[in-house]
Formats: sequence, structure tokens, C-alpha cells
Amino acid sequence: MEFPDNLKYTKEHEWVRIEGNEAYVGITDFAQQELGDLVYVEVETVGEVVEKDEVFGTVEAVKTTSELFMPLSGKIIEFNPELDESEGDNPSLINSSPYDEGWIIKIEISKLNEIESLLDREAYAALVD
Amino acid sequence: MKTTALTSKHIELGARMAAFAGYNMPISYTNIQEEHKTVRENVGVFDVSHMGEFIVKGKQALELVQKVTSNDASKLKIGDVQYSCFPNATGGIIDDLLVYRLPEDKCAKGEQAYMLVVNASNIKKDWQWIGQHNTFETHLINISDNTGLLAVQGPKAAATLQSLTDIDLHAMKYYTFQKGTFAGVDNVLISATGYTGAGGFELYFDNKDMLQMWEAIFKAGADYGIKPIGLGARDTLRLEMGYCLYGNDIDDTTSPLEAGLGWITKLQKDDFNSKSIFKQQKKQGIKKKLVGFEVLERRVPRHGYLIEDIDGNEIGQVTSGTQSPSLDKPIGLGYVSKELAKIDQEIFIAVRNKKLKAKIVKLPFYKKHT
Repeated sequence: MEFPDNLKYTKEHEWVRIEGNEAYVGITDFAQQELGDLVYVEVETVGEVVEKDEVFGTVEAVKTTSELFMPLSGKIIEFNPELDESEGDNPSLINSSPYDEGWIIKIEISKLNEIESLLDREAYAALVD
Repeated sequence: MKTTALTSKHIELGARMAAFAGYNMPISYTNIQEEHKTVRENVGVFDVSHMGEFIVKGKQALELVQKVTSNDASKLKIGDVQYSCFPNATGGIIDDLLVYRLPEDKCAKGEQAYMLVVNASNIKKDWQWIGQHNTFETHLINISDNTGLLAVQGPKAAATLQSLTDIDLHAMKYYTFQKGTFAGVDNVLISATGYTGAGGFELYFDNKDMLQMWEAIFKAGADYGIKPIGLGARDTLRLEMGYCLYGNDIDDTTSPLEAGLGWITKLQKDDFNSKSIFKQQKKQGIKKKLVGFEVLERRVPRHGYLIEDIDGNEIGQVTSGTQSPSLDKPIGLGYVSKELAKIDQEIFIAVRNKKLKAKIVKLPFYKKHT
């Protein structure tokens, strides 16, 4: 299982790639393997400001449903169109490319100091070991 | 955690493993949808050795089976299989099971023998329950720990297995079985049954022969695209057929009549557990009914979600749900109040902050050649 060095992680198995005051958010390789084949991703919070640890969306796998939690407070500025049912409608990208093509949302970070609360690669890898 | 004779094989094959009924079982080897498709189109093999098997043997074996099961076992000829359930004393279901009427070559004169195949999660409960009712001249033997069980399912199952046995598999009728030599192993019980709706066989044999059987079946099926299948696809396959899963759709509190299992509840046979309760239910009518429904949105229904009518009144609960790999839409089973249990009835599934529109449909969800 891969956990790239340049990402930050949460206990809820999300990853965050910070680019200035914006960030991309997805779920980890561990999370996608645990969920199995993803069939649907729902994000209805685009344009909204959602607080850290609040739910911003849902993923449906064949076996189970899982909620998606905000790793940082912020405004959701984009939902990956490749996953969106009205566009690409290809949620399996999360299974095949969890850190790259399978990113879920892009956010505008509202509280930069919250970044300190995220886990680095080592801490996350220890968590799922 | 308990293991089957194949647990290390599954791990070697890279399966995602999880605890199921106390056993370390394969959930999926590649992914559920692919495995599901393999069974619908070709042939797949499930290790279901965790299931329980009891032998009921004696001069009054039939009497005991009749007392504890709801279906009419007196109708079984040697070589027949029957789907049935154990009702409890209060009109609920202890477990669902298959009843096999075994050959009598090892029986003394006047004896009959049956095999009861039960859910792994209920082995202990069932064993106690049957023992408690055994006031008859009958022996009970629990062979669960020594018995291996492989389900070989799919349209290519007969073609795959035929090279391994002299028994004419194509001629076997659904819900019958034969005993014979299979892949060089003696005393294999080959049953034309399954939990997938894809056709195929279930093979019962001594655990010590497991690896030999597994290897022989995979070799025989190589040309047909045979693959190992996990419990994840077993669940999606059974759900597409509308088959009940104990613990989800039926349990100690649900009546077989409510669960659509009236056809295995034979009220005209002699006394059996809860018969008078079922008779009363039949007379007065049941209050809720297990139905199949399709969700008309993309969200997937799950066990425990509430079902509501258009005005937001609670009318029942989801008992099973999944994304149907064959139909590519979300499907589910659930109990709804009798008045609303009609085909095409619009219902709503409550998920957190949403109400998903759904519609009651005929079972099975999946029909061959559609």
C-alpha cells in the first residue's frame, strides 16, 4: 500500500494535498481497498463552507456506504468532474488512482492553522498498520 | 478465529479476508463486480465450508425433521433436497436450511437418514434446538467440522465438473443430489443446488480431500474461465435473486409468512413448532411483508435504513441492499406494511438527510436472458 510523502492524512483515511491556501482531498489507498469497488460518489456541498470533521459527501461501494469528512475547514470549490455522475461518472478512478485521478474535492482552506492537526505519512502508516 | 481447509489457500491467492460467523473467510479475490460477472456468465468456486451439516439418523428420523422444520419432509425421496426453516416457539425463524434425504445403505432396517445444512452463524443454536426436540428414536451427528463444501456455480459449472465424475451432471434435476466418486475422491455428495441463481452444484466431502478437490476443479475449469469467488459476490448474487439471508432478511422475530416463505410452510402437515401461530397468521393476514425494491436514484440502500411512505410515515425497514452488478442499479429487500406491499408502489428510503425514491418490484430482480 502506498502513502505518498507529499500528502497529509487524517484518521478518517482522507489525504490532503496542500497547494498554498487551496487543497485537494481524496481517500487513501487503504480506504479504497477497505471499501472495495466504488459505484457512486455524492458531493452536494460545492460552493459551501464546511467545518473540519463535518460531512461533505458520501461514497457508495457495492458492500457499504461511507461518509466523507472534511480534513480542514474550508469552502468546497470543485468536485472532481471525472467522478460526478452528470459528467465523467467514473467513481472507480478512486480505486485505480486514489491519489491522482481519483481526487474528490478541491477546497479553499479557511483556517490554515488546522494544517498542523493533520497526520504525516509516518503517523498515518502506523495507524493503518 | 476458525479456519477452513482452504484458508491459507485464499490468503495465498491474495483474497481480502474477514471474519464471518467466526471463520476467517475470503470476501473478494479481485473485486465483487468482476467475481459476480464470472458466476453469471461462466463459472466460479466458493469455499463455503463454514456452513454446518448435521446427520439425523434412526427409525424416527423423519418424525424429528418434521417436528423442527416447516416444510413437508415426508415428500422427499432418496436423492431429493428441500429448502426449509426451523420455526421457533414464537412464530420466528431459528434458521433456514436445506434438508437432504440420504441413501439408506448405511442404515439398519427401518431407519432413515437426513442431512441438514445450516448457516455457519447458527450451528450452535440450531444444534441445541434440534437436540432439545429429539424425543424420538433418532441419533444426531454434527459433521460440520469434518465436512468441506465447495459451491461451483454458473452456466459452465456442469461442463467444468463433468470430466471429473461418471455421474451424468447434465441430467441432474435442480434440488436433487447423488453420491459418487469425484476427482478420484470417494463418497462425494454432489448436489444440484446453490445460492446464486446461476445454476451449478454444491459438493460435500471430507475436509482432508479439500486441496485435491480444489486443484482438480480449477484445472477442469481452466478453459471455461473458472475463478475463485468470495462472500461479497455471494451476497450480491443471492440478493439479485431475492433469496433471504439469515440475520438480515429473516431472524428470530420474522415469520416465514411475512418473509415470503409461505411456500415452505406447510400448514397441512402434522404438528411442528409454531404451526398454530402460522395458521392464525394465515387466517387473519400478516401485517408486514418482505418485498424487493429498486432505488430510482444512485444511492444504495443498506440494512437498517427506514422505509417511509410519501407523507414521511415510517412503513418498514430495509433488510438487505446493494448495487446490483447485473442490473447496474441499487436494489434492496425490506419489510413494508401489508397495504403498501404492491408491485410498482412508490416508497422512500430514509438516509440521513435524504429520502430516496424507490419502487417495489417483482422478485427476482435478475432474470436469466434479460
